[in-house]
Amino acid sequence: MVVDKLNQERIVLLTAIVLFVFFSITLNGFIDPGNLLSLVQNVSILGILGVGMALAIIGRGIDLSILSTMPVSAAWMLNLINDGMPIWLALACALAFVVLVGIVNGVLIAYVEVPAIFATLAMGIVVYGIGKAWLVPIDSVYIRGGESWFYAIGTGRILGVPTPVIVFAGVALLAWLFLRYLKPGRFIYGIGDNPLAARITGMPVRPMIVLQYILISIIALVAGIVTATALSGINTRVALSTMVYDVILVVVLGGIGLSGGKGGIRNVIVGTLLIGILLNGMTIMNLSYTVQNILKSVILLAAIVVDTLLNPRDEQTAQHGDI
Amino acid sequence: MAASDTWTRWRYRYVPDHIIGEVLAKNWIDTLIPVVFLAGVLTFFSIELPGFLSGSNLTDIAQIYGEYLIIIVGITFVMMAGGIDLTVGSTFAFCNLAALLVINTMEVNLALGIPAVMLMGGAIGLVNGLLIGYLGMRAFLTTLVMLIIVRALVDQGLLDYGQTVMSGFNPSAAWEFMAIGHVYGIPASLIVGGVVALVGHIVLTRMRFGWHVMAVGGSRRSAYNAGIHVKRTVCATYVLSGMLTGLAATFYAARLSSAGTDVGKGLEVTMLTAAVLGGISLGGGRGSIVKAMLGAIIVLLVQNSLIRMGLSSGASSLVLGAILLLAVAIDVRWVKNRHKVLARTYVSPTYFKLPPLPDTAEGSGSDYALNDRLRGVEAIGLGELDGPEDVIFDDEDDLYCGGRHGDIIRFSAPDYARWEVFVHIGGHPLGMAFDREGNLYSCVGGMGLFRIAPDRTVTKLSDETNRSLLSVVDDSRLRLADDLDIAPDGRVFFSEATIRYEMYDWMVDALEARGNGRIICWDPKDNSSRTVLPSLQLPNGICVEPNGQSLLFAETWGCRITRWWFDGPNKGRKEVIIDNLPGYPDNINRASDGNFWCALCGMRSPVFDLALTMPSFRRRMVQKVARDEWLYPNMNTGCVIKFDADGNILDVLWDLGGEAHPMITSIREHKGWLYLGGIYNNRIGRYRIPDADPQWTSNADYWGKRS
Repeated sequence: MVVDKLNQERIVLLTAIVLFVFFSITLNGFIDPGNLLSLVQNVSILGILGVGMALAIIGRGIDLSILSTMPVSAAWMLNLINDGMPIWLALACALAFVVLVGIVNGVLIAYVEVPAIFATLAMGIVVYGIGKAWLVPIDSVYIRGGESWFYAIGTGRILGVPTPVIVFAGVALLAWLFLRYLKPGRFIYGIGDNPLAARITGMPVRPMIVLQYILISIIALVAGIVTATALSGINTRVALSTMVYDVILVVVLGGIGLSGGKGGIRNVIVGTLLIGILLNGMTIMNLSYTVQNILKSVILLAAIVVDTLLNPRDEQTAQHGDI
Repeated sequence: MAASDTWTRWRYRYVPDHIIGEVLAKNWIDTLIPVVFLAGVLTFFSIELPGFLSGSNLTDIAQIYGEYLIIIVGITFVMMAGGIDLTVGSTFAFCNLAALLVINTMEVNLALGIPAVMLMGGAIGLVNGLLIGYLGMRAFLTTLVMLIIVRALVDQGLLDYGQTVMSGFNPSAAWEFMAIGHVYGIPASLIVGGVVALVGHIVLTRMRFGWHVMAVGGSRRSAYNAGIHVKRTVCATYVLSGMLTGLAATFYAARLSSAGTDVGKGLEVTMLTAAVLGGISLGGGRGSIVKAMLGAIIVLLVQNSLIRMGLSSGASSLVLGAILLLAVAIDVRWVKNRHKVLARTYVSPTYFKLPPLPDTAEGSGSDYALNDRLRGVEAIGLGELDGPEDVIFDDEDDLYCGGRHGDIIRFSAPDYARWEVFVHIGGHPLGMAFDREGNLYSCVGGMGLFRIAPDRTVTKLSDETNRSLLSVVDDSRLRLADDLDIAPDGRVFFSEATIRYEMYDWMVDALEARGNGRIICWDPKDNSSRTVLPSLQLPNGICVEPNGQSLLFAETWGCRITRWWFDGPNKGRKEVIIDNLPGYPDNINRASDGNFWCALCGMRSPVFDLALTMPSFRRRMVQKVARDEWLYPNMNTGCVIKFDADGNILDVLWDLGGEAHPMITSIREHKGWLYLGGIYNNRIGRYRIPDADPQWTSNADYWGKRS
């Protein structure tokens, strides 16, 4: 019975709690409200991106372009605002941009049938290139002030809760509702579980995949806005960092199998908590950036190995050339 | 003849449409795309960039190209086995650092240092290989994660050893040669790269390991079932890739002696782009070293030129990413739709006009008037045979016939009730003939010409002929050897129905109405085969005439029988003796009264005759209509005709309704009986010929009475 209840989600939650308690006792300043606030804030962005990545992975895809879309769209938007464009119009422009990126991703994956991981890897390069070449020539864009509710997204508080956390909660709630109650959401599970069966059953597989990547891009924009407003600026070089693997780590560690069709938003939240605590703890322990990177990536590799062992590839539905 | 008809005739005679399909069916067509791309890139940049083809620029490019070559050979192996290796970027940086540390700083001898660095690369590859090969993890994600792990290790290594490395210097001449040396203007790295590529090509195409790699990439499950160690093979490709990356890194280290944080960054995407652009398919099984080399040179030229054109790093990564996407999109669509494109273009009909169909109605007075004389013939081996295309008898009156299972079956005289498998050859044994010594010769569809001695030893006589100069399809291989006969001097003349279709597709050849077949002569003197009569419309039956100097052959889709002298004063002359048959002639054999029997395997219909004059209609049909709905010649009813040496029709035997013998492909007279074979039939028919010589046998007629 105990074994039955110990699924990956619970193990991860338990680990997170143990780690939290352990760090609180051993690490000076971990339990400090200021630190916890920054932990929660950093984690929120990771969590928002994680929700997007979860959408992709549940549908047996993956989106590596998310970390290019996020800074480029947000930085372009800030650029437009700094050039005097009204916020709503800049937001609309950024929205149009990310929707376009999502459509291109989706069409490449659904209609041209390029493997998702490949299409989004290349799209990440292309989006970053477009950003550097035309939209945001400089690395960092800063907010030049101005009084608007918009700038409070990253820094404000509602009832004492930091707004990034509220945004994360909102995105997670919407995604949960979408996956749980809307037809396209259910379809994504079906497609992820067995794309061929989904197609034979009559699900609009291809349009659903396009929709999926549009949603992911929009979520990336939301994450970008939160990041930009929280840090009063955004650096497009994030696209070149390994942060996208942190996002995958959150999702896979949370228990969403890479073979698709399994897991939900709860797994993302659990995974986010664990990674947040881990990252924060490592920072406080004063581990160097490179050592942190090694640790994170080794944990990610271990997580994927465990995932492969727990959710082996389904030879019936795995397609030839699935790499 | 109407003007439009003339025009159509000339247009289809002189425009070689069929070449398009044949070119598309070639394996090297995949390589054509990158070659065209390369030509485009070269033209564009030599116009845009002055000095693009200058010596100094080329030397720069050649040095880097050597390093790229070494790496991409490894990647090719990985991708051919169905994997992908993104770790190369970090492995490269790691091995570069290691090489500087080991060779530059510690001044280890190159003969030890380079293998040591390669082993380090191989170790990283081994981790990949174990995870992907043995644990069955996804190659893309695993190597991506390994990429960041190794990159993190490199960053840490740079923090620890960055300063030490910079101050090192190895004075060895070999090290210097690796850096700046060249032979006849070819840099050292390119020489090594060329050697690696050559060895890689030989291993991939000629050696066991390479074949295993291709088999695993082509179909993992089949490779496993065939007994290939799939896991080990996959693992080995990653190790190989890691080691080669290590080798390339030593050249880089020798050349630049620098260990920055950006060494090898993005190399994995560059290499991936190069491989895919060259035409190495994601998912494995398709590709070659040459394609990888092409892809690498294209990517290198584009990269190099974009930098020289002064594009920002963003724009050049945009261009590379876009090329990558485009290449993958083309690759994915091409691999998926290649067979569809081929199916649409391969069948290439031409114009062919037959004279008006002769009357066959009962009581019409026509030579071919219907009768029911084959009704109620005796059946031999009913339900036990599957596709006896031809029937023949030996001196003991035993009956031999082929079968779809690749056997030659022998029925024992005199009642032909008992049978045994005489020999198993494979393919589908079709036409048969006995020679002077009592050896049985058979044309085996899909295999070639075979001789079976009385003691059942099977000898392959011919499975290829001379390659014609301008043929795009490889016409040296025999696809569908059909019928044969033996000249008095032992030469075997045999027909090959078509060079454009395989055995299972032979009827599609009817839609083309082009002379795709030929007659080949096998000469026992030097055991050689040569095409003697090319471009025939499905040549089928062959019968050497008693004079020993000429033969008669039937062209099935041409509906005619032709005499051709292969010897004697008329050597080389060809004359049509019967044209405008009411059906499609198949095998021809001698009759006891000096005349000839011919089987018509199917009857012409006005609709198909009309369609033959409308090539564009048939092309449209092939492209728009499902294969099962195509208009084919009628093969559901046939007959037997008897004709004399001048081509006069003497007799005709019909089976109305086609109950016992719908499609007759061969006839053989033996001791007063006529035996009927059918390639799709389940029996051999036996018809008593009135007034025939009851002692006449074909063997005696050909070779005289044997004692």
